[in-house]
Formats: sequence, C-alpha cells, structure tokens
Amino acid sequence: MKTALLEELQQARTEKRQVVLATNLKSGDQKLLYPFETEYSSDLSEAARNALRSDKPATFEAEDGPVFLNIFNPPLRLFIVGAVHIAQALVPMAAAADYEVTVIDPRRSFGSSFRFPNVTLDNRWPDEAFESLSPDRRSAIVTLTHDAKLDDPALQFALKSDAFYIGALGSGRTHAKRQQRLISAGFTETDFSRIHGPIGLDIGAKSPAEIAISIMAEIIAVLRRKEVK
Amino acid sequence: MTNPTTTLPEDDILAQALNWKKDGRKVALATVISTWGSAPRPAGSQLAIDETGQMAGSVSGGCVEGAVIQEALEIIKSGAPKTLEFGVSNDEAWEVGLACGGKINVFVEKLD
Repeated sequence: MKTALLEELQQARTEKRQVVLATNLKSGDQKLLYPFETEYSSDLSEAARNALRSDKPATFEAEDGPVFLNIFNPPLRLFIVGAVHIAQALVPMAAAADYEVTVIDPRRSFGSSFRFPNVTLDNRWPDEAFESLSPDRRSAIVTLTHDAKLDDPALQFALKSDAFYIGALGSGRTHAKRQQRLISAGFTETDFSRIHGPIGLDIGAKSPAEIAISIMAEIIAVLRRKEVK
Repeated sequence: MTNPTTTLPEDDILAQALNWKKDGRKVALATVISTWGSAPRPAGSQLAIDETGQMAGSVSGGCVEGAVIQEALEIIKSGAPKTLEFGVSNDEAWEVGLACGGKINVFVEKLD
C-alpha cells in the first residue's frame, strides 16, 4: 500500500466519510472508493455500496482477479432530542449496541449530568447543535420532548440530513398535527414519510424502558433491513 | 462541547502503521480477507507489523500472528504482496495453532 493512499484513507475516516479500500489480490493494486458520493454506478461500486450498507467487507470477482473490498464506516451515532425519562432508558441500550450517543436538550434541569451520567450532553437548541454535530448516513435521530418548540426544529434539520433513521414520539393525532406544521413549513409528503411516528416497533410498550426497547429495535431494523414500516 | 468529527480511536491500527512509517521504519500490513468456520477475527481485521517485529492489532487473536509476522518481515524485504492461508486443511496451520478449527486467508502487503 502506498503511504499517500493510507494518508488519504485516514483523512477520509477522520471526516466520517464512507470509504472502501479496494485491493486487487493478484496484483496488489489499490484504490479508494466513495460509492455514496457519486452517481456513477458499476458492478464494483454497487458491491462497494452493499459492503458499506451491510457493514461487512466483501470480495468482488473482477476480470483481472479477485478484489477485496475493506470497508471503513464512520461510527453509528444516535442523537436523542429531549432528556426525558425514555431517554434515560434508551441511552444505555444504544451504547450497548455500539452507538455514540448524544442527548440534546437546552432545558438544563432536564439535560443534566446528574440525570445523564456517562453520555455526551448538548444544551444547545437542536438545530444549532445539529449544525455542528452534522448527522450523516450513519446517524439516527429521535425526538422525545412532546414539545413542538424543540421537536420541530430538530425534525426540520433531520429531514435535510442523510440520517438513516428519524423517529418522533407522540400519538397518531400528535403526528398528524406535526405533519401539518412541517408541510406548511415547506416539506413534502415524501419528506414527512421519512419520520417514523408513532415511534418504535408496535410491541405494546407501556413503560419508558419498554418504549426505549421498541425504539431501539426499530432503529436496528431500519439499519439492518432495507425498509420497515 | 467536544467535536466528534475529527477523531479516530486511540488504538487505531492504521494510525499506528502511519506513525511507524513516519518514524522512518519499514512497515507491513496484514488484513483478514476471508474466513470459514469459527475463525476468531472477522474479515477486515488488521495487523500492522514493523521491521523489528513489533505489532499492533490482530488477525486471529494470537493463533497465527507469529507466522504472519515471519512472512511480513520477508514481504518488507521483497516488496511483493502475498495471500497467506491458515486452516485445518493446512498442516502448517496446525503447527502454528489455529486451534479453533476455522480457516482464514490473510493478505500481507508492504507500506511503500
């Protein structure tokens, strides 16, 4: 491997880009692929996309020999808006599933390290926090505040991001009102359909911990399967 | 507020390889490219080796690292990449002890 190529790879990883190192196992020739950053499609780029999506390296049979596709995915991240009771249960579950978790809540009595030890707390408004945290294709965003003043700016930002999962707590009725607000803010029905609401898999969850389990299960299902409704 | 966009884990193997290289050492990289059965480390796992035999990371959790290092030192000299096979069907693998009964292929290359 050329040192310059390794430096480029490390730079891409630092920037949290999804990158694949393709190595021809016969010749040793190597290149970096960024298959999600281009419209260009070939069998190789499709294989690279699949490897990144499934989080597993793969070997692609090219004409000039097998090509090993080693994947470098940024860490999975979960942004929880609303330092509420459900969030307290969700944080350790997400951490156990290897997500880097950030809890966002400008109301300091909610988002305090007393209530949330061992997790990154962000006391900025959601849209301001997201501006610098830049949620990406490997990020999940969950809003739990029940308060449109906090949830809506977060959802508006989320819909403009590549986050693979967006979920909003609230009943069917709350969700319908939310839909009206976001549509009048300029979002389309298709945009809105990205939001999972009412949030979580339908397992009849009642307690905060059970709701957290249903949310985590839905996030995993969306990440690992292609489409879940 | 911490900025999460600019860090890699402290134990990053590729960062270690790059540091060694910048120190003026000769470096090889080994990568698990395929596994069968109960292999201890999945495909994509990496081991960095410097010219003195120092290593960072793992390709098998200790079973075949010794043999990989020997080959890596040769590849550092020759510059030609090579795929190594370890497994039940390979007598040498038993000698170096892939006791789990799995099979792994490891691609070893020099960092030029």
